[in-house]
Amino acid sequence: MSPEGLSKPEYQVPQEMQNQVALTTLDRLYNWSRKNSVWPMMFGLACCAIEMIAAAASRYDLARFGMEVMRPSPRQSDVMLVSGTVTKKMIPQIVRLYNQMPEPKYVIAMGACATSGGPFKEGYNVVAGVDKFIPVDVYIPGCPPTPQALLHGLMTLQKKIEGQSLKEVSWYQKGPGEPIPVPVLGPDLIDMRKAAVIRENSQPVADA
Amino acid sequence: MTEATLVNPLETLVEHFPSGWVKKDDRPGYSGFIVEREHLLDFARAMRDDFGFDYLSMVTASDYLAEGIFDVVYYAYKTIGGPALVFKVQVPREDAVVPSLVALYPGADFQERELWDLMGIRFEGHPDLRRILMWEGFEGHPLRKDWKEPFYEEDVKPFKSRWPEGKPIHADDRNPFNDNVQYPTGFDPERWVPEAETLLYSGLQQTAHYEEFKTDELIVNMGPQHPSTHGVFRMVVSLQGEKIVDLKPVMGYLHRNHEKIGERNTFLQNMPFTDRLDYTTSMSNNFAYALAVEKLMGLQVPERAEYIRVIMAELTRIMNHFFATGFLLNDLGVYFTASLYAIEERELILDIFEEVSGSRMMCNYFRFGGVVRDVSDEVLKKIHNLIYDRIPRKLDQFDAYLTNNEILRTRCEGVGVLTADQAIALSTAGPILRASGVPYDVRRADPYSIYDRLDFDVVTGIHGDIYDRYLVRVGEIKESIKIIKQLLRDIPGGPILAGKPAYQVRVPAGESYGRVEGPKGELGFYIVSSGKPNPERYHVRAPTFINLTSLAPMSRGEKVADVVVILGAIDIVLGEVDR
Ligand code: SF4
Repeated sequence: MSPEGLSKPEYQVPQEMQNQVALTTLDRLYNWSRKNSVWPMMFGLACCAIEMIAAAASRYDLARFGMEVMRPSPRQSDVMLVSGTVTKKMIPQIVRLYNQMPEPKYVIAMGACATSGGPFKEGYNVVAGVDKFIPVDVYIPGCPPTPQALLHGLMTLQKKIEGQSLKEVSWYQKGPGEPIPVPVLGPDLIDMRKAAVIRENSQPVADA
Repeated sequence: MTEATLVNPLETLVEHFPSGWVKKDDRPGYSGFIVEREHLLDFARAMRDDFGFDYLSMVTASDYLAEGIFDVVYYAYKTIGGPALVFKVQVPREDAVVPSLVALYPGADFQERELWDLMGIRFEGHPDLRRILMWEGFEGHPLRKDWKEPFYEEDVKPFKSRWPEGKPIHADDRNPFNDNVQYPTGFDPERWVPEAETLLYSGLQQTAHYEEFKTDELIVNMGPQHPSTHGVFRMVVSLQGEKIVDLKPVMGYLHRNHEKIGERNTFLQNMPFTDRLDYTTSMSNNFAYALAVEKLMGLQVPERAEYIRVIMAELTRIMNHFFATGFLLNDLGVYFTASLYAIEERELILDIFEEVSGSRMMCNYFRFGGVVRDVSDEVLKKIHNLIYDRIPRKLDQFDAYLTNNEILRTRCEGVGVLTADQAIALSTAGPILRASGVPYDVRRADPYSIYDRLDFDVVTGIHGDIYDRYLVRVGEIKESIKIIKQLLRDIPGGPILAGKPAYQVRVPAGESYGRVEGPKGELGFYIVSSGKPNPERYHVRAPTFINLTSLAPMSRGEKVADVVVILGAIDIVLGEVDR
């Protein structure tokens, strides 16, 4: 990190002290360290995961962004890369994993499938985008996105992290956050937040 | 096996059975035999024991709604090579019950479960008939022709405009729940009790308890999110200490409804979907699908296109085997660093694919009657350099670091053993089958394309353990190099596509099965056409799905750490397992 990046330009540090002293704000220091060590959760869903592996491998090398530490456990990870088609059978687990991640946590929807269902949208076992259930920070288009696109997406996430402020972020507010209710597998996928709507719309049509 | 049956069984097969048991399937465009349901078991036993059809490769079914019947279709082969024996059982839709063949051909296990799940055909005598891709409690059997998905628009594509009068209509907005769901009438989500998977857990084998030690069996769920499962695969294992007592695979976490979508698509629209089956070997998938449709259309592929196809398919095999070996090392515990070396060359092959097809992974490169774009001399030069320089060097590196590596050998030798008989009975394919010493390779046993003209060996193992599977994969890379060298030497000029490129191909009515020796085993497409622009039935014989049948028998009695490696050596890709 060069001093220009960290020091606030309003406070000029005298020439002779520039190698010893840097002035900055807490927000910037906090975000600077956070954004350069984002640990993704090791978790691949479908074809996009192969490009994720390619991005982590030697040619594209995610390590340059401090992101090579793939964690198999959600409790140690900062970002969930949803790389592939989200199916109804899988979404309860994804929501559960998301709930288990500690704050601050981010979600990247990689590829057309995670964004909207993609080529398989019309399928009966496919969730039309992971954002139906968990909040997404960055969407990466493509089927599959190339490793370059993935890197761009991760850099976009870094920018987003840079812009956050300790005062406002949700995880430093009072009280615990609410977990997302885990969907249930019924005759079809049941989103418990929509239970009332489901009951209402499933009533037998009264004969006129 | 008598001599008469060995020579030419299929011509006179009907006469071997009492009249009324078996008849020829003489619908136009169809082949094989129709067996009466009551006699299916006897027929199959005779086929296996007397006629030598020891390898039941595929079981599927198609739904003829208008006639009110299901055809259950079986493809059996001899492991000594030769054409298929096709037999079918016809059952009425209201009474869809067929005797199970699991006792004769254990490899039918998962395929019959899949048919129960998706078609609603019950297999009497199946030891464990549960849903396999969807979950217990799901409403309906989706591959039946009268079942409609929540985002249903029309029976077949192309659909009407989604932008009538310039305004977009979203699929979600047409659905009352604004989502991809539907429920039976009168459904109340708050009263619903989800299935507790009791059948799954109670189906696990128990051992006798060791009273004196006061031990108990421990049930562990590995997956669906687990670093060792290569995606979203789940294994339920019951453990006695470190030892595996029983194991049940659970899949369907990536079930993307490939076949349902495929039956709505037009023939050509399915081509890019096949890329996404086994997403590490898209060129091979294209190949098998193109073969199946070309068989129906009676197309002759130009010579140059055949050469290009085989070059691409063999490059895919090299790429896949590097990938598989790299991830085998991951599973052995050499986390990531070693696999980085193994997948280094993969990027260079992907570059070639990108150059010829426009996409690194999802190539969508084959067309019915050829390929979509020609290959330039520069690309051929690049392939030449790879084949003569980079890849052999990498193989030497493998030999130096891995083949005689003591740790690798102790972890792999004698682990996950499958005997030749077991491997055949379980319908395994590809390197798994060959590592057990069965020299069965579709390229040799039932040659397609120009493989009959090429000089290569079928690599086999002896012991049927993980180490032999590794050796078979490395050996196959060497054979692929040999094949590509011949092709590069002889590749002719000329057209690359028979006829003119067309979006809408005319496919005559009938059934066909196209199969190739994919990197992971026999990949086949079963297609029924009714002469319309869309396939009536579209089924994929996914090698890894069927290979997984052998996971439990291989794992029983091994240590829990080894099961990860055993799974890794099967080399599964969930896109193909779950489809
Ligand atoms: S977006 Fe495309 S490449 Fe990615 S998971 Fe979906 S189908 Fe596969």
